[in-house]
Amino acid sequence: MTLGNMNKVGPAAVALCGLALAFALPNFVEVFVLVDLTAYIVMAILALSLALVWGYAGILCFGQSAFFGIGGYAYVLAAMNLGESTVPLLIGVALPMIFAAVLGYFLFYGRVGDIYLGVITLCVSLIFYNLVNSMSGTEYKIGSVPIGGHNGIPGVPPINLPGHPALQLGYQGTFQLSLIVLVFVYVGLHLLLASKFGRVVISIRHNELRTELLGYDARLYKLIVFVIGAGIAGIAGILFANWGSFIGPTVFSILFSAQIIIWIMVGGLGTLLGAMGGAFVIQWLNTLLGTTKIADPNIVLGAIFIVFVLLVPRGVQPKLLDFIRLLARRTVDRDGEASVTNHGKM
Amino acid sequence: MQGGVAHVMDFVATVVIEVLYAIASLALISIGLAIIFGMMRVINFAHGEFLMLGGYAAVLPTHIGINLWFSMLVIAPVSVGLFGIFIERLIIRPLYGRIVETVLATWGLSLLLIGVVSSVIGFYQEGAAPPFGSVQVGAYHISIYTFFVIAVTAAILVGVYLFLKFTHYGLIAQGTMQNAAMASALGVNVDRVYAVTFGLGAALSGLAGAILAPISGITPITGITYIAKAFIVVVAGGVTVLAGTTVAAGLFGSISQLVTFATTPIIGEVALLATAIVLLRLLPQGITGRFFRSGL
Repeated sequence: MTLGNMNKVGPAAVALCGLALAFALPNFVEVFVLVDLTAYIVMAILALSLALVWGYAGILCFGQSAFFGIGGYAYVLAAMNLGESTVPLLIGVALPMIFAAVLGYFLFYGRVGDIYLGVITLCVSLIFYNLVNSMSGTEYKIGSVPIGGHNGIPGVPPINLPGHPALQLGYQGTFQLSLIVLVFVYVGLHLLLASKFGRVVISIRHNELRTELLGYDARLYKLIVFVIGAGIAGIAGILFANWGSFIGPTVFSILFSAQIIIWIMVGGLGTLLGAMGGAFVIQWLNTLLGTTKIADPNIVLGAIFIVFVLLVPRGVQPKLLDFIRLLARRTVDRDGEASVTNHGKM
Repeated sequence: MQGGVAHVMDFVATVVIEVLYAIASLALISIGLAIIFGMMRVINFAHGEFLMLGGYAAVLPTHIGINLWFSMLVIAPVSVGLFGIFIERLIIRPLYGRIVETVLATWGLSLLLIGVVSSVIGFYQEGAAPPFGSVQVGAYHISIYTFFVIAVTAAILVGVYLFLKFTHYGLIAQGTMQNAAMASALGVNVDRVYAVTFGLGAALSGLAGAILAPISGITPITGITYIAKAFIVVVAGGVTVLAGTTVAAGLFGSISQLVTFATTPIIGEVALLATAIVLLRLLPQGITGRFFRSGL
């Protein structure tokens, strides 16, 4: 099998494995393992959103957590007011997209530079953090639900079947839903990136001026990608609120924003599988450090961040692919030589 | 009638002083960041932690009997400045010219410093009593320290101006800012200019953190409370260090303080950010990218 084929077969295989796991795994493992895995899966969805926005479109968004948090908060506030989850799900996806469209309009149509864009998006999430953190009084509420300030909002009701508020997802259902969503997002992004739209987006990252000279409006393409990314982050935010039946202002914190960037750095810019892998590994490490107290998580994450930027700037997945290609070329060369000598003997 | 007018005057005076203070503290927390950005086009994400280190360098020595003024005005800037030079050599220099990577590396440094400080010093609040008392303006009390912050900020801005304008090194630094390749071709050791500039920016950040420590106390995550505002001031100000910082701090300080009077400090911050985003749509290179191209 050549690497070209692998690019098409790989995603399909990954998707099938994911779906198979969604249905098979609950039969084999304990519930608490499923709950842990659900958190990682949710983070992988969030990682995919930034993998699209930063990794493929080259938009230096340092505040992807803002859309995650807006999605989560919008869903929670709507669900607790309405007492069911179908309309809130739509709100939880739509609101971050609308917010991203407004913010993105100012940033992309102003042709704000890379670093400026990163700093502004980070500041947006930091200020959301301060804003939500400060809303702790009883006067801050939406409908009948208090925003809760730094305490967050506990007791979020689970997602229910559309039209049946009583039929709610349990731990297993949440795990399966999250994994299926992850598979859909992963496959969807593959299709998007393989489409004409996706090719234009990638070419903008490679050379924005040249792409514009070919007649494509880079601002519009970037804005659309930014909005799609925000929607995916919103979905992750909804699932996150569901997973812990809780949402709090730490979803907007700079530490969380940094973690998302680290996932992508570790996995590799311009990869989807790598981004998901990065999210899994770093979150696993984070949980481990949180429970064992070997070292402060900030020290470890900071050190990993610096080391990757300095020594492995392209991330793990591209390094691995290079290695596989190298091996493949060596085998091909050896086969080629062998057949030549055989001919000689004949 | 007479009393009413006097009362209004007192209120106006208080508002003016508060707005001036808001502008000064914005300029104070931003100037170190602005110097590094103006020179190297790099946003130092560990800027908040430089402020935090400055705060500790000012407060901790007082526990062993060192005078607060000495630790605040000498120990803090010198130690953080030296630390900045060390960091420049270790992390920034290998990434010269790769701006995004440099920013990411400083973000890693920021996490690392928060982690190290909270492991070593612990997570409780350190502080020192603000020196001076307060002065009465009609019915209002204003801390004399407020005037001190305004005066120090003005002194720093004037000092940086004089340094860049009238010293030999300042001239070299200006040249390197405008065209590093040309400066290098003319025999300037650009690496050294960058290292010194980074150290100077870090020293001013340390000084700022030290001066603010008696007012707001200090914890390992103190830096995070400052960075959003400092980033916005520098990004909206543009690459022209002094003009950018002064104009942006003046604009944002007034807006956020006036909104704060009407509502809460948090809404003031939101107004600050919203203004910055709209402003960047109109002036994508920052305020000074448009109006003060060749200034300082």
